[in-house]
Amino acid sequence: MHHSGVLSCLVTSDYAVEAHGLVKEFGDVKALNGIDLVVPRGQVVGLLGPNGSGKTTTVRILATLLKATAGSAKVAGFDVAKQADEVRRSIGLTGQYAAVDEFLTGRENLAMFGGLFHLDKNYVATRADELLEKFDLSDAANRPAKTYSGGMRRRLDLAASLIARPGILFLDEPTTGLDPRSRIGLWNVITELVAEGTTVLLTTQYLDEADQLADDIVVIDHGKVIAHGTSSELKDQIGGDRLEITLDNPDQAANAISALAPIVSGEATMDDSRYSAPVSGGSPVLIEAVRALDAQHIGVADIGLRRPTLDDVFLTLTGHGAEEDERPEPSTSKRGRRGGRR
Amino acid sequence: MSSPAIQAKRPALGWTVHDALIIARATIVASFRIPEALFFQLIQPVIFVLLFAYVFGGAIPIPGAEPGSAADASLYRQYLMPGIFGQTVAFAAAASTVGLAEAMQRGIIDRYRALPMSQPAVLLGNTLANALRQILVLTVLSITGFIVGWRINDGILNAIYAYLLLLLFAYTVTWVGAFVGLSVPNTETANTAGLIWIFPLTFLSNAFVPITSLPGWLQWFAAFNPISSLVQATRELFGNPTGAPTDFWTLNNAALYTVISCVVVIAIFAPLAVRKYRTAASK
Ligand SMILES: Nc1ncnc2c1ncn2[C@@H]1O[C@H](COP(=O)(O)OP(=O)(O)OP(=O)(O)O)[C@@H](O)[C@H]1O
Ligand SMILES: [Mg+2]
Repeated sequence: MHHSGVLSCLVTSDYAVEAHGLVKEFGDVKALNGIDLVVPRGQVVGLLGPNGSGKTTTVRILATLLKATAGSAKVAGFDVAKQADEVRRSIGLTGQYAAVDEFLTGRENLAMFGGLFHLDKNYVATRADELLEKFDLSDAANRPAKTYSGGMRRRLDLAASLIARPGILFLDEPTTGLDPRSRIGLWNVITELVAEGTTVLLTTQYLDEADQLADDIVVIDHGKVIAHGTSSELKDQIGGDRLEITLDNPDQAANAISALAPIVSGEATMDDSRYSAPVSGGSPVLIEAVRALDAQHIGVADIGLRRPTLDDVFLTLTGHGAEEDERPEPSTSKRGRRGGRR
Repeated sequence: MSSPAIQAKRPALGWTVHDALIIARATIVASFRIPEALFFQLIQPVIFVLLFAYVFGGAIPIPGAEPGSAADASLYRQYLMPGIFGQTVAFAAAASTVGLAEAMQRGIIDRYRALPMSQPAVLLGNTLANALRQILVLTVLSITGFIVGWRINDGILNAIYAYLLLLLFAYTVTWVGAFVGLSVPNTETANTAGLIWIFPLTFLSNAFVPITSLPGWLQWFAAFNPISSLVQATRELFGNPTGAPTDFWTLNNAALYTVISCVVVIAIFAPLAVRKYRTAASK
């Protein structure tokens, strides 16, 4: 579960982000209830949690926008409470909602943020062109951001946080509200940045996003870390693979269950023609299962091993799905997409 | 990572000015990209001029002219214009209120706050831009006034002082507006809260009627209302009629009292606004 390697435990500078016991109270609301978090240099950590779990609050504290009620955090080796300016020089932040000046063009936005970063004018001009190109915004560079689509605005927002080539990037729900194509486009950009050496802390409520991008996943709920590990470690936590079979003929269900009993490692469930049971031992099990069913002349429409998804992880850990929330939320843009299965 | 960004060197105050100018420039550029908003900002005072000049004109007697005479109507317009100048610059505050409330709500303030820039520069730039925009408004207003018969009667130098005083006042109220904008919970409230305190201030003054026509205690309020002294000073500097003299020190030393008021209000509201800005958690 913990970050492997003795060294990384001893040498703190291996961490780009390090937070201990972060607590944040808004009046009576305890938004964070003791968050511990580390992001090793050059890695991507995904902060995964449902609405209201404290993702944005955590990011805002780390980006020096909020002061924690208790606890401490270091970003790029600087204390977020005491060395805010140094932290700000080291980070890029893309908030949950695209924060660009609507009435300025894409290029003007980048020039403004570059100027406010106190960068050299010529450098900013070159860098802006480079980013506009990279984010596929060259054609729209001289149009006010107001005229951009949601995806373009997001990309401009991300470009704006990259103007000073920050070593550490905070992305708060970078793909919320984007269509699948823009989403994958943004994933590619993030992957590229990481390949160039950027450290990323990203929040998401999409399980497939964390699965896809993050080396390490921190699952939070109600302001607390409830699980932590790589995607596969988390999946192991709720048990291994499952054997899933669709029978040709539902009438053969009982036969199938008894034929497979010696092979599977736990209780089988049968739902109409769909059979499911936990197994251990990986793919050889698949061959054994096919042989056993064939011997009994049981027809198979589909057979496979399924790794549990993070959806299953979330359901097991919290007792509710990742994207169902007790609070009613008017915004529809952030929901409606289920964590992917693959 | 490839080559690090080049960071130029400069003393802290230099950066504050640098950052404030960037914000001011962006704010002004943005306002020209919303032609409707700019149009209404310009048309509103023009409508006021026409309304007062042609509709209410003769209703308010000005000493020194036969009531109801043509000379009276012309004098009233001379008397009126500085009032409308004063009222108009007072409304500059509303633009700051709405602008900052919107910036908060849209999250762009979050972005500024995550930058290693001078934080007060966000407010310095915003207030500066809104005050500078008044140059355009005052120009349009002056031309309209000229058309309806208003004149600069006391030399160009005094006129320049008058305009500078108006701009100083505009800059002052934008700080109050900024404070209000950072205090309201959302932009809808900002639209109302931005105006609600300006209306009584402009009407409980000598902007449209001589102060002596107000009931006793309101006279006191109006006399100490900096809008009155601003309008009084502007009337004097433009060489427009000032109405009957009063015993109030604030109106007999109108320019001085206006400058003092501006300095005091900025000294109070600028730090308050900066503190609000630092603590406000944008939603
Ligand atoms: N400024 C604030 N004042 C009061 N309560 C707040 C404030 N900001 C956040 N909260 C509360 O703190 C909790 C955590 O909020 P946060 O925005 O961090 O959640 P999140 O995980 O980012 O949610 P989402 O997925 O909806 O963005 C919520 O209960 C929220 O209502
Ligand atoms: Mg959030």
